[in-house]
Amino acid sequence: MALSTGMKKEMGTLCAVMGLLMLIPLLNAIGPISGPFSVSSFEVSLWGKYLTYAVLAMSLNLLWGYTGLLCLCQSLFFALGGYAMGMYLMLMIGERGAYKSVLPDFMVFLGYQKLPLHWEPFYNFWFTLGAILWVPGLIAFAFGFLAFRSRIKGVYFSILTQALTYAACLMFFRNDFTFGGNNGFTDFKDILGFNINSDGSIRGLFIASAFLVLITYLVTSGLLATKFGKVQQAIRDSENRVLYSGYSTTSFKLTIFVISAMIAGAAGALYVPQVGGINPSVMEAAKSLEVVVWVAVGGRGTKWGPVIGAVLVNFIKSYTTHAFPDYWLIIMGGMFVMVVLFMPYGIVGVYQQVKSYLARNRSFETTTV
Amino acid sequence: MLAYHTSLYRDTPLILSVTGVTKAFDGFKAIDDLNFYLEQGELRTIIGPNGAGKSTFLDIITGRTRPDSGTVVMHEQDGHDLNLSKMREFEINRLGIGRKFQTPSIYKSHTVYDNLVLSLNKERGVFATLFYRESKQDRERIMEVLKNVGLEKRVNDLAGLLSHGQKQWLEIGMLLAQDPRLLLIDEPAAGMSDEETERTGELLLSLEKKHSLIVIEHDMEFVRQIARKVTVLHQGYVLKEGSFEAVKSNPEVIEVYLGRKGKKSQQN
Repeated sequence: MALSTGMKKEMGTLCAVMGLLMLIPLLNAIGPISGPFSVSSFEVSLWGKYLTYAVLAMSLNLLWGYTGLLCLCQSLFFALGGYAMGMYLMLMIGERGAYKSVLPDFMVFLGYQKLPLHWEPFYNFWFTLGAILWVPGLIAFAFGFLAFRSRIKGVYFSILTQALTYAACLMFFRNDFTFGGNNGFTDFKDILGFNINSDGSIRGLFIASAFLVLITYLVTSGLLATKFGKVQQAIRDSENRVLYSGYSTTSFKLTIFVISAMIAGAAGALYVPQVGGINPSVMEAAKSLEVVVWVAVGGRGTKWGPVIGAVLVNFIKSYTTHAFPDYWLIIMGGMFVMVVLFMPYGIVGVYQQVKSYLARNRSFETTTV
Repeated sequence: MLAYHTSLYRDTPLILSVTGVTKAFDGFKAIDDLNFYLEQGELRTIIGPNGAGKSTFLDIITGRTRPDSGTVVMHEQDGHDLNLSKMREFEINRLGIGRKFQTPSIYKSHTVYDNLVLSLNKERGVFATLFYRESKQDRERIMEVLKNVGLEKRVNDLAGLLSHGQKQWLEIGMLLAQDPRLLLIDEPAAGMSDEETERTGELLLSLEKKHSLIVIEHDMEFVRQIARKVTVLHQGYVLKEGSFEAVKSNPEVIEVYLGRKGKKSQQN
């Protein structure tokens, strides 16, 4: 198939972004120890974390930006993927924990005699990889089926998804839910036989995250290019018209919801080894709202908006929580208000906004002269 | 009502039979023992005061609202009868019943062309749309529809940029692209200029015979232009049926509909 100029340009941007991203592990591996071009392993994993957030934002954008479903349970899917990966990583600690037992430390502490049955398969990395996708996918399918079939729309859908997240969060806080209660999982040692804290592993996880961004981007734009993607956007603009054009909007929304949940799960799975742990605070309702802010700031319904928004907002967050820890929430709230008031298409839309503003002024001048 | 049963003995086959349909919302009967028969290729105009049940009637045919009692039957060309009252909206649509809403419902961020691509009478499942490839026939069909509704010059524009009247025509085009047997059109002339209204009327008249149409309308001038047979709904039942002139001069109709300005508004 011949590539159109638009597609070529898009491929060019994609390659440039990937190239720039690859500089980070490259400089970490062979760059100078100090100076402006030095990249510490801490920075590599920090940027790796931003990339997983970028994927999370893209998963929300698929729902909110392109289908008009403001979903407030993306953090739940993210955490579920993270927990699945965390279970594997906990088991890989083996007998090197504080209690020198095959059981993870928190189980020994809580008096477990043997590993719960549902933990067993997570010794297998490939099973874990599958679970990272199907667990969030299954939850999304069950919840989405009920919600969409009952025609729950708009703000009611948002509220219900938030309630789901909250309920799940409370469940994961319980010690007897076998996922470590409020401490969650931490103190990981190995991933696939490599020391998880080694510079090489950190670089590897960063590269994996960058590729996840790439894959998510390709999947999203691939979907949008098909008639499926057009139906998706049509649902956003006029769901009734779609329904009365013979499409079962329920099946379409359900499919997108499940895909989006699986993407969020994959992002969570790469987040956990890079930050070194997971606990139920990751799926707090407020975290889902943060994702909404990232997407809004970057540009809702645009391909790069969520990536830019997630990286930028979190970069600012890392800086301000360090420099002015008391003001972070005010700054984030301020950013959201500014975007809503002045930049309806987010940062990505500013260029277009300025251009049309100038064009308007120019035509105004010529008509008045 | 009684007189109308003679339609059962007509030469032209029926496409839609609505018999004894009742629908109540919280005790209020929006549709009350309604009987309605439509011939193939017929253009029928429905008028009636606010709250007469016109939109509810369309909701019942299209599956948005389930009747409490009575049947809605579509007669297939091969002689099969299909009971619509148990089907879902998209299933009813796939049988060839298209509905146009009162306010233009189009996909504003898609081009005019894509609006029609999404409306073509094709497989409409999730996988079918994932692997859909546009064929030459599809393109020709779309251009033909655009010509029909007079939008061929706007083919690559975003639908959101069209004027109000053009949006209404685009939506009618979207219905035509589905190759429907029956078109249900709710107040097509609302908010249109006189010139646009007249063009809309011509468009609807050109569809007669090839398709069956039910048009709901308030604008009496417009009804006069397109009217063949007119059905007057009142409080959920058929008050009167006949030619525009006959209906217009009927004292009962004048009482409830044309003369309603003299009274306080009826029910809403």
